[in-house]
This record gives sequence, C-alpha cells and structure tokens, in this order.
Amino acid sequence: MGHVPPGRAMESGVPPFGPSASWEVLRRRAELLTELRSFFADRGFLEVETPLLCRDSVVDLHIDPFAVEVSQPPGETWWLQTSPEFCMKRMLAAGATAIYQVTRAFRQGEIGRWHNPEFTMVEWYRCGDDMRAGMALLAELAQAMLGADSVLQIEYAELFRQGTGIDPLDATDKALREAARCHGLDAAGESTRDDCLDFLFATRVVPSLPREVPAVVYYYPASQAALSRLDPRDDRRAERFELFFRGVELANGYHELTDAAEWRRRARAANRRRASRGKREIPVDSALLRAMESGLPAGSGTALGFDRLVMAALRRRSLSEVMAFPWERA
Amino acid sequence: MAVYKTSEFRKGLKVQIDGEPYLMIEMNFVKPGKGNALYKCKLRNLLRNTVIDRTYKGGDSLEAADVEEIEVQFLYRQGDTFVFMDSKTFEQYELTADQVGDNWKYLKDGMICSMVLFNGNPITMTPPNHVVLKVEYCEPGAKGDTATNVTKPVKVETGAEFPAPIFINMGDLIKIDTRTGEYVERVKS
Repeated sequence: MGHVPPGRAMESGVPPFGPSASWEVLRRRAELLTELRSFFADRGFLEVETPLLCRDSVVDLHIDPFAVEVSQPPGETWWLQTSPEFCMKRMLAAGATAIYQVTRAFRQGEIGRWHNPEFTMVEWYRCGDDMRAGMALLAELAQAMLGADSVLQIEYAELFRQGTGIDPLDATDKALREAARCHGLDAAGESTRDDCLDFLFATRVVPSLPREVPAVVYYYPASQAALSRLDPRDDRRAERFELFFRGVELANGYHELTDAAEWRRRARAANRRRASRGKREIPVDSALLRAMESGLPAGSGTALGFDRLVMAALRRRSLSEVMAFPWERA
Repeated sequence: MAVYKTSEFRKGLKVQIDGEPYLMIEMNFVKPGKGNALYKCKLRNLLRNTVIDRTYKGGDSLEAADVEEIEVQFLYRQGDTFVFMDSKTFEQYELTADQVGDNWKYLKDGMICSMVLFNGNPITMTPPNHVVLKVEYCEPGAKGDTATNVTKPVKVETGAEFPAPIFINMGDLIKIDTRTGEYVERVKS
C-alpha cells in the first residue's frame, strides 16, 4: 500500500519523484566527468569555481538570462549566469593562464530534446592559444571523450556551400531569404540575414555532416562573431569554432576578443536589438569590461555542453535520458 | 485575434494559417548556441487532414484558431446534407457529404459523435471508435466455418459494405472499428 513507482506522477502538477535517467547512465555520466577532469589536469589546467549569480551577464540578442531580485543591495536585479565567461575572463586578466570549470549555466526558455534551461557547462581558457590551438585542444578532447578515431575540421563557408550551394559570406540577403523560404522557413515573419543563415545551417548544413565523426567547424561569418575576434586577413569571417557530433552542437569556442572598445560596441548593438524585439536590456558596464580595459591576455576559450556530450557519447536521443532531473522533474 | 508566440508553441495547439485551422501535432525546439531559436512544427490541416512542415524562428507568432470540439447526435441525412444536434444546446449543425467523407458508412440515427467547430461553423465529425451495425444482406454463411481470415462482403443498415467472416448471416450485429474500417467481432443481440 502506498507505494508509488518512481517514474509515475502521483497527481497532476507534481512531477514523478525518481530520476528520468537510468542508474546505468548516471554511473557512466559520473565516469565521463572524472575522465574530463583528468583530461584537463593532465594538461596543467587549474579547476576553478565562479559565482552562478552575478550583477552582470553576457549581452546576447538570443540568450535570455534569468533575472533574480536580490535583497542586498536592496532593489537590485542580478543574473543567473548563462555561461561562466565573465568571471573566468576576469581571472585571466588577473593572472590565470590555463583554467577550466564545470558549472551550471541557465538560459531562460530553452526547453526541448537537446535543451534544458539549467544545464552543466564545461568552460576552459588558455592564454597564448590562437584559433588553431583552441580547435586542436577541442579536437583532442572530442577524440578522448567520444572515443573517435579522427576529428573532421572544416571551414563554415566550405561546409555551407556543400550543403546548400550558397556562399554564406558573399550571398546577398535576398538570395539567403529565398533559399531559407524554399527550404521551409515560414515567410510570414521578417527574417534577418543571420536568421536565414542559422535556419539553413541547422536544417541543411548540419545534417550533411558525417554523423559518426566529430566535426570542428571554424571561421563563422563576421555577423556571428559573438565574442570572438575577426580574422585579421579576411574580416568577413570570425575566429570562432564549434564542435558537432551526431547532428548536435556540443561546443563553441573563440579566439577571444580582447579589445574593450569593440566589446562595448558589440554589447550595445546586441542590447539595441534586444530592445527592438521587446527583450529586457542587460547592463553593458561590468567588471569584465574593467578587466578588459586593464588588459585581457590573448587566448582561446571554449564552452561545452556536458549533458549533450554525455548524450552523444552514450548514443542517447534526448537530454532527459542523461540528466537525473530535467526541467519537467526539477 | 489572439496570437501564440513561439515561446507558447506546443503539441496540441490550434492555430490559423492562411485562414485555415491547423492542429500542431509535433513541435521541436532547436537553437544554435549563438543564434535565434527555431521551432520545427508539423501541423495538421483540420479541414483537409493534410500535414505540413513549417519552421518558425524565435519572435514569430501564429494566430490562434477558434476551434471547439463538441458532442453531437446524428439526426438524419437528406440528400448530400447530414444533420447533427449538439447534445447540450440542442442546436442543429449541418455537414456536407464531402465534409463527412467516409464516415457516412458508420452513421446510424441517434449515434453520438464528436464534431469540430471552426469560428462556430462545423468542419468535421468523428464517429465513436467502435460502432455496432446490423447486417442487412450477405451471402448465406457456411455452417461450422468459424475461420475469421476468409471474408465476404456484407451490406449493413447504413448502406455501406464491409468485409466480414464467412460465418456472418443476415440479421447479425457486427462491431466495426471506424478508424480502420475493419470487422472486430460478432455481437450477441
């Protein structure tokens, strides 16, 4: 009497109390985390911890942080971090040379098979690395963690051409819009150049990658530089790279932008676009900006979704199979 | 008109596209780490039952469709018009033969069905999953043959024909699955 199976909800509104992932998967997950920590320890990285709740946050048009009303200082809004980027870069400006962190990141509204609003992120930085060195480290990690023999490295523009027949750096906005529409992006809403690139990349380009080979895609279009620096030899593209495996984006890395003025310009532009879409603006002035003004050493940094890595490594189809308590059970 | 923002998209949502009602039967959220979210949807047209694939991006929206499901009783057929009555309000609704489609085969007077209204007008009806119909005509059954895998056509009270086992006789009641049009069993009267 009274026994409730762990997978069954007792009444509507109350989630089942048991984990959604099996114990076998949770055990493998813990082993992968141990392997990951030794991967970084073996390479001389220092494990660090930074706060999840901060007075500032990354300003990005498409990343929405959770705002938290704090009682000290009274009346202020702080932010659950969407990545540990700010605090880790402050550490670099204060003398760190190679650091990594396993932490939680929070992103409002991102719920789906491959998304959970709270997730585990692994982020690392190494001073002196350029884009190639950052990519090489990521490829090494992919090989070690995913048990892959080799890692494909391919330029964004080349891959985009293969998947769509379109040159993403030179095509006109009109040509991109037409291609997006003809591949099923609803034409009713207004689409920016990046909306079209993202749509075509997600629906035509990523599926064209070999499924069982990890792929590092690099030199993203300049409009998608985020916080990476532009290629000094070709400013149509940015020194940004991503890791894909089994159709899923696992990691994003930069040859880091260190120019404070450029950083401020990009944050302000992102805030303007946020405001025009009815989104809350995020403070631009931050301790990171101060750190950059004092001198952020050149280097490369990468963020990796650990839950997705586990999902890919264990050949599971959804995050809920590899997380104990995903959003529906949190 | 009410609208649904992409953040409200979910399976089961009833929306309007180009003036026609659709049911969202699948919704997949995909978002690049740095980039706008994509909502990949499968939508079933509630008028024509066709399925379309559409992808929306974060910030898009769809008009809500005023779609309501009610319980009705089938009253009678007059030529190409089928007349139903709302079980609660007793209001009468008419559907054309086209709108009823193959469901005419199952419609007996007084049968309780479900009906979908779009902007207050009936667009489709669905009979119960199983209906019991009386066999009006068939070739005589072979005595002792209880095999169910050999069938013959039998004509039922609605005028429709269904394949049924050899042992079925005129006057028998048979249960039909309306989702497949298949014979299920003989029912004792």
